[in-house]
Formats: sequence, structure tokens, C-alpha cells
Amino acid sequence: MSNPIAGRNVLVTGGSRGLGRALGQALARAGARVVLVARHADELAEVVAAIRAAGGEAHAIVADVADREATHAIAGQAAAAVGPIDVLVNNASTLGPVPLRLLLDTDCEDLERALAVNLVGPFRLTKALAGPMVLRGGGTIVNVTSDAATEAYERWGAYGASKAALEQLGRVWAAELAGTGVRLVNVDPGEMDTGMHADAIPDADRATLADPTRVAREIVALLQAEPGPAPGARVAIRSGPQAEVSP
Amino acid sequence: MKPATTYPARRDDVRLLVIDALAPADAALRETRSPALPDFLAAGDLLVVNDAATVPASLRGHDDAGNDIEARLVAARGDDRFAAVLFGAGDWHQRTEDRPPPAALPIGARVQFGALSAEIVAHSPASPRLVELRFAVGGDALWAALYREGRPVQYSYLAHDLPLWAVQTVYAARPWAFEMPSAGRPLSWEILLALRRKGVRWASLTHAAGLSATGDPAIDAALPLAERYDVPAATVRAVAATRARGGRVIAVGTTVVRALEGAAAKEGGLRAGPGETDLIITPTFRPRVVDGILSGAHAAHESHFSLLAAFAGPDLLAAAAALATRAGFLTHELGDSMLVLPGALAVRAEHAHG
Repeated sequence: MSNPIAGRNVLVTGGSRGLGRALGQALARAGARVVLVARHADELAEVVAAIRAAGGEAHAIVADVADREATHAIAGQAAAAVGPIDVLVNNASTLGPVPLRLLLDTDCEDLERALAVNLVGPFRLTKALAGPMVLRGGGTIVNVTSDAATEAYERWGAYGASKAALEQLGRVWAAELAGTGVRLVNVDPGEMDTGMHADAIPDADRATLADPTRVAREIVALLQAEPGPAPGARVAIRSGPQAEVSP
Repeated sequence: MKPATTYPARRDDVRLLVIDALAPADAALRETRSPALPDFLAAGDLLVVNDAATVPASLRGHDDAGNDIEARLVAARGDDRFAAVLFGAGDWHQRTEDRPPPAALPIGARVQFGALSAEIVAHSPASPRLVELRFAVGGDALWAALYREGRPVQYSYLAHDLPLWAVQTVYAARPWAFEMPSAGRPLSWEILLALRRKGVRWASLTHAAGLSATGDPAIDAALPLAERYDVPAATVRAVAATRARGGRVIAVGTTVVRALEGAAAKEGGLRAGPGETDLIITPTFRPRVVDGILSGAHAAHESHFSLLAAFAGPDLLAAAAALATRAGFLTHELGDSMLVLPGALAVRAEHAHG
């Protein structure tokens, strides 16, 4: 690989479950020094212990990315643990209350919470971590998005709007960071077999859903690709069973 | 000059006094605002910043007898240890010199800061209030506790508490600084990117800025303590390339001067990597690496002011201090800026005529 992830300092939010957990494991296996952020200390400690048991380096930060006061605490603890961050993966997100509601039935506070976790939190953390990346002349920010950002699925209004805004913010970040060596990519991981998906669509046929471990491997490959995706690009990863039959 | 008591409405819009020792005496000072900074640097110059993030270094708690204790961390001493200055009752609204000293705490005494406990494992010869604390946890767990229990060091002249974000520069990375490297506070990306467009390069180092004053004469006489720094290889290369091309090296803040000059004064000159310096910049100090400094505004009686003397003569600095006072410049962590750079105003002239 011409852009190796080995030895890089990578911070992943939402690191205790689903894609975030799988990404932490895949990144550590590729030799990255991984910092995982999540709200639940016990779950997070298990993930970190598993990565360490497999010979990888991982650190836990217990925090809620929606908490305004947590931004510099996360950035500071991460840099204290591994040094300046090279790669930020804004993965943490919330669906809001499930079963998902029609917009007409969505509480305003639930929309605000979705925006706080899925949009404002990533903005704050990007702002705190992209600065030192620009100063050093390199770094990567990945925003994990969803097809709900581009398709108007009924009942996915709050989540979809937050992800659409996250993607647009990502495009503007990329435009403003052009020439600095810091790149931003929006990654849509597709429908995965995660707890979050089960919360949203409990009766989904799990055989049609992608394994987050496999999606994580593809994201790690994407980070290592040279040249990587164009700045601000939206990369859709489709590694579900249906992808296997695609040419 | 008065201290700034509140955070400026915009980080990057404060007063800037440019001081140019190479300009004719009657044209050696220029009063402007910080967004104009790029006008006074030239293509080929190098701006070196301290990228240390500011630690929430003030911990409030009590000893086993229930006496109030504030510990201000001043230097990291290992995985679970920090040097710290202890204060007694009261808080930051009082000047540190007016606060009662803490109860005398022997070696082995325990101090409880919220859920974080520590033991006093050493006293400094300078003062029993300058101690080494060993915390009950180390590494990641200690950093989590510091960010949970700690607050940024506060200043009695402030009108409000400083939150953690307010003591960070826009490029802060590793949490090494115990007080904000405040010379860089007015730098926004708008200004930094404008400098780059002009052909000014940036470089960084990390310097563990400690406390500047504690109000205890015995401790203050021992300050600044030896402070650690880390100079990346890219910065050493950038300094060499800048000097080879005849560009100027401009330090953002005294911490950068201390780190670069401290490293350069060692055998073999400026090299990449970590180190520690106890260099004190005095008016007679002649810098080897740094040509100029972007600094907070300082009044003539402040100890920081004497640091500027390495880059301008005493008459010019006295005139600068008088102008800054007349113009109402504000000092201290949230205040205005000074650029002391020989040739700064000549660049401006070329720019204006070009």
C-alpha cells in the first residue's frame, strides 16, 4: 500500500458497537494506533480489551459526541494517548427513538438530538482535529453517512436530514481544505447487519445485510488507496450479499 | 496597560503593534489589527507555532483534614506524576498573592480531587508548595480524570470563567501546556491561510508551557521551571531552508523562542526530537535561530517585556510600550498583540508600492 495506515493515529467515534467496533478492530489489525470514543464505558472497554488481546493498540475515551463540553476533552485525551490524530472517523450517530416516526409525529427535541449527534458533534470534533492536521500538512476525515441522506425514505426524516447536512458540510470542508493536504470523504457503508439496523428495521432479512467487519475492511482499504477518493467525494460501499453477484 | 478581562468577540481581530528595529526611528512603530499580520511577513519567512493544547491544569479538592486545596499542574513527570503548585482556600477571583497558603502537607499526604486522589511524593527545595503529585491512576485513566475534574487555570482579572475551548489555539494537538500559549490565540485559519498564500511557511513544535507566576515569591523566583519540548524533523528542515534562502524565522510566543533557542544552544545545534530547556531569555540574550516574535502585548514593567529586547532596542521598546498604553492596548492572555520583527515595515512598504 502506498498510503499505509500502519503507525497512524486514528480516532473513531461510536467505537463500541456496529461499524465503529469493526473499524476499530480492522484499523488496529492494519497497524493503526486506535482511539475509540463511545458513551458506554463497559462496552467500550470490552472492544479495547479485544483489540489489545489480538496484539493491537487501542485506547478508550468515554464521551458523548453531542456534548459540547466534551470536544476538547476528547481531542486532548486522544492526543495524550497516541499523539496528534492523523485520521478522524465521524461514525457515531443516532436514529432517534425507534420505531422510527413519521415527521408529523416526530418530537422537535428528537430532531434536535439527531442533529446534535450526527451533525454538530462531528462538526465540533472535525474543527478541533482538522486544525492540527492542516498545520502538519496532512490528515483524513471520514464522515460515515447513509443512503437516507439522498433518498426520501418515509420515517427516516430526522436521521436523513442530519446525514444530508453532514454530507454537505463534508463537501464544504473538502473545498476549504483543498491544498492543505487534509482530505475529507463521505462514506456510505450501505445496509449493515448491526444493532442500529435491527432497531430501525427489526423484521429485515439479515441475509440481505452486509457484515460490518467486511465493510470496515473496505473502508480501511479506501483509506490506504493511492490516489484515494477525490476530496469531498461520496463513496458508497456495497458489500452486502448482493454485491457478491455484481460484476 | 490594562489586562483584557473578556474573550474578544473574534479570536483573530485584536490590536496589533508592529515594531521594526530596522526602520527609521520615526517610522518604526505601526498600529494596526491582527488580520493585517500577513502584510508584515514576506514570502520565504517561516512562522513557528507552539501546537501544545492547554491542559485543564487546575484541580480543586481537599486534604484528609478537609482543608481546601487547589493544585495547579506545572509539569508532567511521568505516567502518573505531575509537578504542581498548591494553593489554599479561595478561588481564582482572588489574586494568587492574596490567597492563604495551603495547609502544610508532608510527604505521603493524600489530596482528593473529586473522584481522583493523589499523594504528595516530593517537595521542591524552592518551596513546600511546589510538590510532586503521584495520582492513584496513570495513563489514559489519569487523562480522563484530568479532563473530568480539571479546569483551565483562571486569572483574577477575568470577568468570567474561561472554558476549555477558550484556552486552545486553532492548531492545538498534544495537551502539554499548563497555561495557554497565548501569543497564538489571535491566529485564525483565515490569517494562517492568507500567510501561506503569500508564501510564508508554517512549522510547529510542542512546548510544555508551565505557569508564569504563582504569587509566591519563593516559587516565582524558581520559574520558569525547565520545560520539555519536541521539535519535529520537518521544523528543523524548514528552519534550515528558511535561513539558507535568507528568510526570517518568526516565533509565535516566548515558548517557541525558548524551545528553538534552547535546542539550538545545545551541542550540535538545532536537532529534531524531544528535549528540555531551562533557557531564560534576558535582554542581553542574542538569538541564533529566531529573527522576530509575535507576542501578546506586554507592559514595560512585565517580565515578558524583557524577552522582546532580543528583537528590538530599549528605546524603541519604550516608545512601543508608551504608544500601546496611549492607544489602550490590552495585555495578558486574552489581550492584544505585538509583532517585533526587524524589517516588518519594509515588507509593508514593498507590498504597498508593488
